[in-house]
Amino acid sequence: MEGVRAGAPFGVAGAVVALSFGVVAQGAGLSPLAAIAMSAIVFAGSAQFTAISILAAGGSVGAAVLAAALVNSRFLPMGAALGPSLPGGPLWRAAQGQTVVDASWAIAARGDGTFDRWRLFGSTAPQYVGWVGGTAVGALGGNVLGDPETLGLDAVYPAFFLALLLHELGDRRSRVVAALGGLIALVLIPFAPAGVPVLAASVAALLGLHGASARAAAREREQEAAA
Amino acid sequence: MSTSVAVIAGCAAVTFAIKGAGPMALGGRELPPWFTSVIILLAPALFAALVATQALADGQRLTIGPDTAGVVAGGLVAWKAHSVIGCVVTAAVVTAALRAL
Repeated sequence: MEGVRAGAPFGVAGAVVALSFGVVAQGAGLSPLAAIAMSAIVFAGSAQFTAISILAAGGSVGAAVLAAALVNSRFLPMGAALGPSLPGGPLWRAAQGQTVVDASWAIAARGDGTFDRWRLFGSTAPQYVGWVGGTAVGALGGNVLGDPETLGLDAVYPAFFLALLLHELGDRRSRVVAALGGLIALVLIPFAPAGVPVLAASVAALLGLHGASARAAAREREQEAAA
Repeated sequence: MSTSVAVIAGCAAVTFAIKGAGPMALGGRELPPWFTSVIILLAPALFAALVATQALADGQRLTIGPDTAGVVAGGLVAWKAHSVIGCVVTAAVVTAALRAL
């Protein structure tokens, strides 16, 4: 229940994002039912937006799916981080891994590298409801709402991620990593296909290696001094 | 309609595979400290990149526009008021207002 409460604000915010997805999807030729089905089955916002924008620009199904895979590739390191905290066999862990979305992954993190899976499931639940519900409102009522850009809805998704980011900037090291990650993405945007800049930015987290070896060395020195 | 079905099925398949891969490969064991240190820093790296690609670019073109200002305004609300709902609503309102000028 604690996870549900923690996830609820993200569910409401995600519903606003989903609303704009419902509107945009129609412009790409998806029926309202198809847009709702996509949100219910795929449940990955940035991948859905990317696939739809490629279809709208006249791209092929293959190109749309490939781009969606690239945008989703950040879930590879996220899933690898989560895996050791999940019980059960490989298939059961993979099934539990389906519940990961960006906000719930961050909410479930204990801050020591492990994850609380009930906080993960709990915080994903309201986000799923918000995501599918928001898509339905946008897809069915899009004509009444008008142009999503006029309403500023295109700023909602990055603002959502900025709120998530601000949660993570507690210490100096994470601020340095965030700046580096953002910089890597910015440099790659003009050259790399969609999704690659974000995946490449995960390299910035390797700065943790430096810190880890330095701390291990400090511990060794302490032990030597004590001995 | 067949295009829609193919895109939805394709996106669903790759998403299931990607989200399942990490937990499937790594399970229930103690992790080396270096792995943990890197994991903790994945969140700021990935979220910063997501903000950069969405607020400072339009596809492969780097742009600063009303949406950038809206995202900054939303970020101020998130930072000062700790409200994610206030953050996204502010971002939309400020962006819409700037476009209406």
